Parts: sequence; structure tokens; C-alpha cells
Amino acid sequence: MSKISFIQGNIACAEGALAAGCRFFGGYPITPSTEIAEHMAMKLPKVKGTFIQMEDEIGSIAAVIGAAWTGVRAMTATSGPGLSLMMENIGYAVMTETPLVIVDIQRGGPSTGQPTMASQGDMFQCRFGSHGDYSIIALSPATVQEMYEMTAEAFNLADRFRVPVFLMADEIIGHMREKMTLPDTVPVMPVRERTERSTLPFKAEKDGVPGFTPFGKGHHVHVTGLTHDERGYPSTTNPDVHERLVTRLVAKVESTRREIASYDVTNPEAETVFVSYGAPTRAVWQALHDLKDDTVGHFRLKMVWPFPDWVEELFPQAQAYIVPEMNLGLISRELERHVTIPVISVPRLGGALHEPEELIRAVEGAK
Amino acid sequence: MNFMDWYRADRLPTIFCVGCGNGTVINCALTAVSEVGWKREEVVFVSGIGCSSRAPGYIDADSLHTTHGRALAFATGIKLANPDLQLVVFTGDGDLAAIGGNHFIHACRRNVDMTVICMNNQIYGMTGGQGSPTTPRGALSTTTPYGAEEGTFDLTALSIAAGANFAARWTSYHVKELTNAIRAGLETPGFSFIEAAVQCPTGYGRRNRLREPEDMIEFFRTHSMLRQKYDRLLAEGKLVPPDTIVVGEFVRRDRPVLGGKK
Ligand SMILES: Cc1ncc(C[n+]2csc(CCOP(=O)(O)OP(=O)(O)O)c2C)c(N)n1
Ligand code: SF4
Repeated sequence: MSKISFIQGNIACAEGALAAGCRFFGGYPITPSTEIAEHMAMKLPKVKGTFIQMEDEIGSIAAVIGAAWTGVRAMTATSGPGLSLMMENIGYAVMTETPLVIVDIQRGGPSTGQPTMASQGDMFQCRFGSHGDYSIIALSPATVQEMYEMTAEAFNLADRFRVPVFLMADEIIGHMREKMTLPDTVPVMPVRERTERSTLPFKAEKDGVPGFTPFGKGHHVHVTGLTHDERGYPSTTNPDVHERLVTRLVAKVESTRREIASYDVTNPEAETVFVSYGAPTRAVWQALHDLKDDTVGHFRLKMVWPFPDWVEELFPQAQAYIVPEMNLGLISRELERHVTIPVISVPRLGGALHEPEELIRAVEGAK
Repeated sequence: MNFMDWYRADRLPTIFCVGCGNGTVINCALTAVSEVGWKREEVVFVSGIGCSSRAPGYIDADSLHTTHGRALAFATGIKLANPDLQLVVFTGDGDLAAIGGNHFIHACRRNVDMTVICMNNQIYGMTGGQGSPTTPRGALSTTTPYGAEEGTFDLTALSIAAGANFAARWTSYHVKELTNAIRAGLETPGFSFIEAAVQCPTGYGRRNRLREPEDMIEFFRTHSMLRQKYDRLLAEGKLVPPDTIVVGEFVRRDRPVLGGKK
């Protein structure tokens, strides 16, 4: 029996991870994400899982990657400064095709910034923060229910694509308490593991993803962050090997954009369209409710990366997009690359959410 | 199994320079692993970045070649997630004590069940001979062109102070003793640290009047002193030359272990 609950977003995130079978958490305390670590510290030992507080975030993500290679579902949770420290090893996870989940409860930056205030300032950091070309998946919850569901789903995506999957939440959603339904179970997709030892453990299957070869099962797999061939052996000076590998690592995610995309479309005939993700979505909901105007639509992203670049197909009548974000305009810039009509950024810094009236004024301004 | 059975034949020869000491240490480690009878399926070799850290890539078992300095944090995750796996970590002095210093002391403090072998060549070999936290005062490197001015870390002492259960130091001259020490480390629960002084003729010897590999091995032979003798001389108030390499087993104890078999 599913049950109704009134809990904090960060707790919902931890519960979603546990429901999805996460059995390893490595982390380092940082506001406003710490409740996730604390909850995992309490719950994981009870399900024969492992919690470890590492010496820093570099160590946290390293331990999570190590754990993931034993075949367990593993995660970490942090905020901007910690995410910055993780960057080199995030690239390592991408290069070694390690499935894992990173939760970022965003706060105001740069630097130590505003530890207790919300922001969406890390939306590019999660996508582009490590060096080299690569691709990842990022989800953006706007409710406590979604903190639970999206965290659970993040593990399925991580396993399917063997990539780091980010839950890009923020202080508002992380610390908010709201009613949610705790389901009995969450969908858990089986991992595609190789059953036999292969001399080519990094040879991809049709979907561009190699079957997983966790440690301790006789695969004798060599895992390296160096450019490697299908055997997993370093091959660092052959341009073709590098191009083939990096192209595949990007394509295995990007080629499924349309299939894995997750968004809500409201009023597809609209002329003015709000585009939002995360906490500002809530302000848009209120503004739409107050406006009661069916020429105003809403494109609400649940998965921000990869970006659904076919927006114009979804709102064929649109004259302008309005993008409220808790940053100086990051995703609005991404949107601009893909559309031909004006994109109006409504930035917000400081941690307070947009006021619905502010958004209504933006609609009037756009008309 | 013989140590040669552990090599990935299709990966040889190694990238190491002629006369490099790393191969000797890998042979010693694989001999020790063979002696304790571990099977391929139960051991994972982990490393950071550097010449020494290339070791796992030549070993036919599961292996994780990670990022510079972070091997111990990765290994901690593996061990805690699956305590049935045996962990052997190869690292260099720069990897372990410079960029990875924080992970080093914390892995010792936690006393995570793993064996860590540091090939200490007193230099950054892979990047072409820059100074490291173990480059002796006065030694020349590409970043200490007028002689190193900083003090050095005693890695073995550091591991003991930070809480390791086992610590030993030998050199690439002492093949038998080094092998036995690694074996003792493998058999001791908790964090086992083995420091192996190795020659890097390319990055270190060439600039420090130890041009040929055998010059450095000869240096190890003539400048090593057993820990017991060293302690006695100190107690008697006798002078010990500052470039003495004190070798032997330094600690074997039984502090509580993290990541032991569940
Ligand atoms: C983050 C980062 N910084 C710098 C480097 C460049 N780098 C590669 S190996 C190395 C030093 C290796 O020295 P050591 O650990 O002593 O190993 P050795 O090569 O001497 O065996 C450095 C600085 C790197 N790979 N990553
Ligand atoms: S540079 Fe030094 S440490 Fe590296 S392979 Fe050559 S001799 Fe060995």
C-alpha cells in the first residue's frame, strides 16, 4: 500500500534512492544537501548498505565510482562548491562509463556564496564542468514527489547509459516540506551485465553502450581514464581511437534525446510560452493559474540535459519564450540556440523565487 | 601461480624506461600475491597517475587506473562496497604524498583493509623529473634547478602516525625482503603500507650523479640500514649519515579495521 507522507525534499530524495536499490553513499557535508547524507547514514546500514563520510568531495565521488564498479547502485549528494571539487572525477566516470547518481542541491555562488539560499547556477557546471567533450543526463525536480521519483529514475538512466546522472535540485525544493505519495515500489530496470568474460569489455552493443563488467566476477577488466580501445587498454596517441571513443560516449546519450526526453507541455497553441525547470516552475504554475489566459503556454523541463531542441515543434504558434531562472540566464541561452523567435530571460539572483506577478508582467511585456 | 602468470602478456613490454625500478616492485608484489594464494577473481589492483601507477594495466585481473592522487579514495569505495574483494594499490611519491596526501592520511586513519605499495623514486617520473615531497634537500630536478630547498616527508612514519596497521620500507635492491614485506602486508588486516625506494634513472639519477640504473641500486645497497641497527646507533648517540635509507618492518599492529570481511 502506498502511503501519504509529509516530508522534506532532501529526505524524499534519499528515500527514492533507497527504494531504487541504492546501497552505497559517499559524501561530505554541505548545506543545503546535508540532510540527504544524514538520512543515508541512518538508513543504509539497516539494509546492508554502506555509508561513508569521505575527507572531501573529490574523495566522495572517487569512492562512489569505486563502489559502482563492484556492481552496487551508488550515489553522492552535494552543492555547488562540492560539485566543483568533483569535476575531474566526473570526467573520469564519463570516460570509464561508470553508472552513478550525483545530487546537487544548488545554492548561491560563485564560491561559498549563499549556503542557505537557492539558485540554479550549476546548470552549465553539471553539463560542461569537466574537461573534454562529453555528455551526461540531468533531471530537475520541482516538487517533493519528484525529488523521490526522479532520484529513483536517475539510477535506471545511469545503468542504462553507463553515465553519471545528475539530479539538479535547489535549496527551495530540497528544504521544502510537502505532501507526497510514497509508492510501494519504484520501477527498477535490470542492469545489462555481461555474463561471460570478453576480451573486448568496452565494445559497445547496438545502442552504443557496452554491457557492464563489474569487479569480482572474473571479467579481468582494466578500467582507465586514459583514452582506451575496446579491450580497455590505453591507446593515447592514435587519433582514430580517441575520436571513436569520445564520439560514442557523446552519441550514446545524445542519439536518444527524443526517446528519453521528459517534459510537460501546457497550451501547445500558446503564443507566449514560459520555459522553466526546477523551483521557478512553481512560480509559473501560479502565474498561469492567476492569468487564466490560454494564449500563454508552459514548457516545463523535467530533464534539462540532453536539452529537447525540438521546442518549436511543440509550440508552433509561439511568438516569444519567457525563461525564469535562478541565475543570470543559462538555459535561456541554450534555448536561444534552438529557436528562431525571441527568448526573454527573467533572471533571479539572491535565493528568493520569482513572484508570479513578475512573471505576469513579463507576459504583458512580451505581447 | 608464478608472478609471470599475473601479467597481461598482450600488454608487454611496459612503458617503463630501461633500468626503471618499477618492474622489480611489480614482480615482488605479484610474487607475494601468488604466495598468499589469492585468485584473480578476488583481487582488484588500483592506482593513481604516474609511471608507477601504470602497474595495474599490466596485471591480468580487475584493475582501476584512476586519477592523480585519488587511488586510495577509489579503493576505499571498492573495499567498503564489497569487502570480499582484496585490494592492492600501486602509487608514486607524488601521487600519494603531494596531490593525494589527504586521502593517504585518511585511509590510514580509517585503517581500510588494503595493501598500498608506494614506489618512491623521489621525483615525478611521468612528467619528466619535477621535484616531489620526497625529493631530498639539495637534489636537482627540473623544478628545483638550484637544488631542492624544502623538507621531505617520511612516508612510512606518516602512515604509522596516521594509523596504518602495517608499515615497512625496503628498496628495489632488497627483492626478497620487499617481497616478504608485501606478503606480510597482504596478510595483515587493515591498512598495510609498503614503501619501496626505486631508481628512476631518467628523471632522478641522470641529474643527481647516479646516471646508470646500477648506480642507484648500488646506492640503495650501500646506504640502507636495518631499522634495528639505526635505532641502536641513535640510542648510543652515534651519528647516522643523513642520506641513510632506514629499512625493515616498522609496525605491525591490530587497530580496528574498516572494510574487513562482513
Ligand atoms: C590533476 C593532475 N595534475 C597533474 C597531472 C600530471 N601528472 C601526471 S603524473 C604526475 C606525477 C607523477 O609522479 P609520481 O606520483 O611520483 O609517480 P612516478 O611517475 O614518479 O612513478 C603528474 C604531476 C595529472 N595527471 N593530473
Ligand atoms: S621516468 Fe623514471 S619512473 Fe618513469 S619509467 Fe622512466 S625510469 Fe621509471
